[in-house]
Amino acid sequence: MGRYVIRRLLWLIVVLFAVSVITFGLMHAVPGGPFAREKALPEEILANLNERYHLDEPLPMQYARYIYDVLIPKISDIPPGISTRDDAVFNIKLGAVWLKWMNFGPSYASRSRSVNDIFRDNLPISFQLGVMALTLSVIIGVPLGIMAALKQNTMWDYLGMSIAIFGVSVPVIVLGPILVAIFAVALGWFPATGWGAQPPFMLFFLPKSLNPDYFRSAALPVIALGLGSMAIIARLTRATLLQVIREDYIRTARAKGLSERVIIVRHALKNSLIPVITVLGPLFAALVTGTFVTETIFGIPGMGRYFVTSITNRDYPVIMGTILLYAFLLVIANLVVDLVYAWLDPRIRYE
Amino acid sequence: MAVQTDVLKAGAAGATRTQKGESLWLDAWRRLRRNRAAIIGGVLIIILVLTAVFADVIAPYSYYEQVLVDNNKIPPWMLAIFPFMAPYAKLSTDYLVGADYVGRDIFSRIVYGSRVSLTVALIAPLISLAIGLFIGSLSGFRGGRTDSILMRIVDVLYAFPTILFVILLMAFFRSTFAKPDPGSFTYAVSSLDNRMGGMLFIFVGLGITAWETMARLSRGQVLSVREKEYIEAAKTIGVKDGRTMRKHVLPNIIGPLIVYETLAIPTYIALEAFLSFIGLGVNPPTPSWGSMIADGSGVVRSYPNQVIFPALALAVTMFAFNFLGDGLRDALDPRLRGTQ
Repeated sequence: MGRYVIRRLLWLIVVLFAVSVITFGLMHAVPGGPFAREKALPEEILANLNERYHLDEPLPMQYARYIYDVLIPKISDIPPGISTRDDAVFNIKLGAVWLKWMNFGPSYASRSRSVNDIFRDNLPISFQLGVMALTLSVIIGVPLGIMAALKQNTMWDYLGMSIAIFGVSVPVIVLGPILVAIFAVALGWFPATGWGAQPPFMLFFLPKSLNPDYFRSAALPVIALGLGSMAIIARLTRATLLQVIREDYIRTARAKGLSERVIIVRHALKNSLIPVITVLGPLFAALVTGTFVTETIFGIPGMGRYFVTSITNRDYPVIMGTILLYAFLLVIANLVVDLVYAWLDPRIRYE
Repeated sequence: MAVQTDVLKAGAAGATRTQKGESLWLDAWRRLRRNRAAIIGGVLIIILVLTAVFADVIAPYSYYEQVLVDNNKIPPWMLAIFPFMAPYAKLSTDYLVGADYVGRDIFSRIVYGSRVSLTVALIAPLISLAIGLFIGSLSGFRGGRTDSILMRIVDVLYAFPTILFVILLMAFFRSTFAKPDPGSFTYAVSSLDNRMGGMLFIFVGLGITAWETMARLSRGQVLSVREKEYIEAAKTIGVKDGRTMRKHVLPNIIGPLIVYETLAIPTYIALEAFLSFIGLGVNPPTPSWGSMIADGSGVVRSYPNQVIFPALALAVTMFAFNFLGDGLRDALDPRLRGTQ
């Protein structure tokens, strides 16, 4: 098991390296630069800008510089928050100096904000949104699937699966505006835009206080974002539970005279939830990365808008930062799922 | 049911070789006909296809002509649903569900928009199937070094968030082919894309990102078939690899792959709508439901009709394809009923 985890972590490094090289190559292959304007900048200014951001260096050099800044910690006597160039995600105070680690670089689009600021201030909001949407989809999706499976081919089954088909068929760009139109504009129950928590956050991602206003502002976007994965979870739960209740060991349990409740909860459910857990990893990554539309429609200051604007602006450090971050999340989520999988199902042994 | 029979025909053509295969497809067709939801989905898809084909006849106005004085007009019956529009809305019976912010008929644009979504629903699965099947079967059939290299590439591409990768690719295509010199290759590509209303790059972008699951699936299928006796028999009598692949492996693995692609169609439709929503999809003024939703959601508080009708069109289309895909899957493999 330990060796398996180590091998997977090494594979993570390979994947992140490949993703960073492909992204770096592709974004520099896109014509136009971060400072290309409709009315071209004077040549000297362009040269100065390129020099400041090291864009005049050869590409391999730029890539090496980027990786160096991200990976190698550095000691600095300037407190964080003074300069966007001397900044990092992790700033640890060591007496009179600061240990700074993981500098993802400046944002070309904004002189006062770095990619590190985006990670600190905007990422947690997307993260909260994604976690709440995933929680909602599990809390509703799993019982819905169980209900549909246990009452197969009854009204309850059809009702549950109709809700699920609805969830799969209605993407956020459809559901979002409709929810706003009905519940925010017409009925006025929820705010139409905004997010109830501001940076700084506790432990990097938790809001400082959980008041009713926070949940009121989160309700509509969480529902809009979570419905699709709720439907996927419900359908998967139903399908695996239907398979499991036809297994021999369930018949054995019945023959032993166990109560239906014990059979379902202890024997059937435990086995049928394993495939459900395996999709949670990719779903989590998809929810955190898929917040762009939700954030646009509901005016949430999350990270979603940065991945579109950064690409159209050729904001190289922001593109690299967002894509690497999401690739990292995706691979880690899959690793965690595989480990949980082995833990839940003793038949699965890695090695 | 045209789509269903086509899909079934494609499968049946490959499976007629054996008696069992033929009865499998006939059996599936019988099961599909009994599935009411799938039939509803199929009928809706036929209606949509007819709408797309005869858009010129159905749409009362053109999709690009702007009548600026008519901007944001709504039909009078809309006030019954959204009474809050009464104080400011301009009324006009000329437009079935209203006009947009530059005075284009929303209904006509929805009708023309079906062309984009349905073309994506048709082409994207074909591209994904072609690339995925090629890579997957090559990987599974050859095995060894080829297999491990190809599968590692798939693994790496898996780590890319699809949406970000598509956005990056679209930005790359859009600006690479922005202002090409006449006569060059890029010019030819760019003018082809322009003639298609910007859809060429959508296909390429979707195609490049959508084949990985397909490749894994077809590799698994090939691996399971490769060790069968009839493949060994074909090898023994000296059949070449390509022919074995075409005549013996492909017909036996194509069923699950078609089912997967049918189930993936709504995803492609949603991805196109998403790309158009963020402005990287079709070129204006070509109407896509995604770009109409984007335009409409900006004014959702004053003119909700501008977003609700394109959104409904998109939702109904995705419903139809989901129903049909589910029905097809249940019909071809009843044991899988209800799985994703």
